[in-house]
Amino acid sequence: MDKFRYERPLIKKLESSMPNKFGMRTEYAPKTHIDGVAVADLISKYGSPVFVLSEKTIRSNVRKARKAFETRYPKVQFAWSYKTNYMDAVCRTFHQEGSWAEVVSGFEYDKAIHNGVEGSKIIFNGPDKSDDDLHKAISNNSIIHIDHFDEFYAIKEIATNLNITAKVAIRVNMDTGIYPMWDRFGFNFENGQAWDALNKIMRSDVMELVGLHTHIGTFMLSPNAYSVAAYKLAELAIGVREKYNHEVNYIDMGGGFASNNTLKGGYLPGVDISPSINEFAEAITSALINSNFRPDKLPLLILETGRALVDDAGFLLGSVLSNKRLSDGRRSTILDIGVNILFTSFWYDHKITPAQPFTQYTEETVLYGPLCMNIDVIREQISLPLLNKGDHVVIHNVGAYNMTQWMQFITLRPKIVMIDIDGKPHVIREGESLQNLLDVEKVPEHLEKFEL
Amino acid sequence: MNINKNIAVSDSGFVFNPTTGESYTVNPIGVEIIEMLKQEKSINEINQVLIGRYNADIVTIDKDVSDFINLLKLYSLIENQNAA
Ligand SMILES: Cc1ncc(COP(=O)(O)O)c(C=O)c1O
Repeated sequence: MDKFRYERPLIKKLESSMPNKFGMRTEYAPKTHIDGVAVADLISKYGSPVFVLSEKTIRSNVRKARKAFETRYPKVQFAWSYKTNYMDAVCRTFHQEGSWAEVVSGFEYDKAIHNGVEGSKIIFNGPDKSDDDLHKAISNNSIIHIDHFDEFYAIKEIATNLNITAKVAIRVNMDTGIYPMWDRFGFNFENGQAWDALNKIMRSDVMELVGLHTHIGTFMLSPNAYSVAAYKLAELAIGVREKYNHEVNYIDMGGGFASNNTLKGGYLPGVDISPSINEFAEAITSALINSNFRPDKLPLLILETGRALVDDAGFLLGSVLSNKRLSDGRRSTILDIGVNILFTSFWYDHKITPAQPFTQYTEETVLYGPLCMNIDVIREQISLPLLNKGDHVVIHNVGAYNMTQWMQFITLRPKIVMIDIDGKPHVIREGESLQNLLDVEKVPEHLEKFEL
Repeated sequence: MNINKNIAVSDSGFVFNPTTGESYTVNPIGVEIIEMLKQEKSINEINQVLIGRYNADIVTIDKDVSDFINLLKLYSLIENQNAA
């Protein structure tokens, strides 16, 4: 006789109180396949946990974003924000789709060069550019977005020595009605700092002002803030034209569009509240078009969109290690996925679904990672079906900032697999081994031997 | 182990404890276990019945049944003789 499919016994108290913040939403519709490849096969072939990226989703995201802007504005250029995900395979997917590179360190700069990006199509942002980095960037004709006056003087000296005109822009920070205001990067619009910097650049004979840049924040939920920012940059650009008879080539609006994740403490899921790329495009392009640029002299619009283009292309697959009961009767489930590889669990209530079908019964559970550390909590509370040891789960929207901010702590970092547009998986980063770590460690001779 | 005999269990998995006024939902295998407890079956007997019916190993069933019974105690649906 065939046996029935097993499900562990469950008893749930019916609360007369209000439904919890998840309301009636069921989060547990199983995710059994990614781009046609079975999650179970991915885990059996590449191990658990494993990051999986969808090339198809990345490409379709960039194309949608380009379309949103290009149908509203004549000249648009995306630049891939390396820090969001600088796996070479990911960067090259973006470069194949026409994106330039946007980097914020010497290391990222070198990675862009290694990926074959032309120097003039690399935008160098951030407060940390060493003299060596600047030397390289100026020699390669890259675009440097100046963050502070110390950098301005360093560029002036290096460009003079090299006898090359440096292509520069300034990063501008400003009040866009968003709190907290990001005023630590670049030069302030309201207090005149930005003009100060522009005047210095325009009076220098070793720098060419090619653009104006801002990045007003990250995970922004307000298209209107972008509209305010675009007006302010347009005002600066028009001021420069009037004062110096100089036209900047581009306005760079940075990144920051929200992805579909749900911020911690947010009552509504990100999918329901994050504005679409079309709404951001509408806000930015209508501000530029309605400002005082001559219609035939509209500057190139650059976007450094990061998370909104890659978050939903990334999945983290893992397995249940154990189910436990906490002292107050709450269920807890331990996964083999910890905060060491899922950095964004500090910001988001990630969507987590089982990778196999279940009955309709669910249980509130705390999801812990495998680390022997109290901070290792993936979700403080989530309603999941009755998972057993060894069952697989899929964590959604992890394509941004995890494969760059993960840390080697307690466990080794797992493989990253990318599924190509024909549904074929490729390992794009090997799992770390003990040897990888030993390769960079050194033991002084007197510590080599010991007896216990 | 004494399950509180007053509790009402419906086929659809609705459990009502008239002593406390609390209600619960139970999945089908949970209903089976409660029914067997009412028939005063031992945990061992319950495990044997389940292993015969379901596609699972004894370790899993043993672990899950004791966890379930602990919850019944937590909800005062079982009188905890050990603690008495
Ligand atoms: C200068 C700059 N551009 C672009 C980005 C990408 O931002 P996001 O991933 O929020 O789109 C960042 C990230 O903080 C940034 O600092």
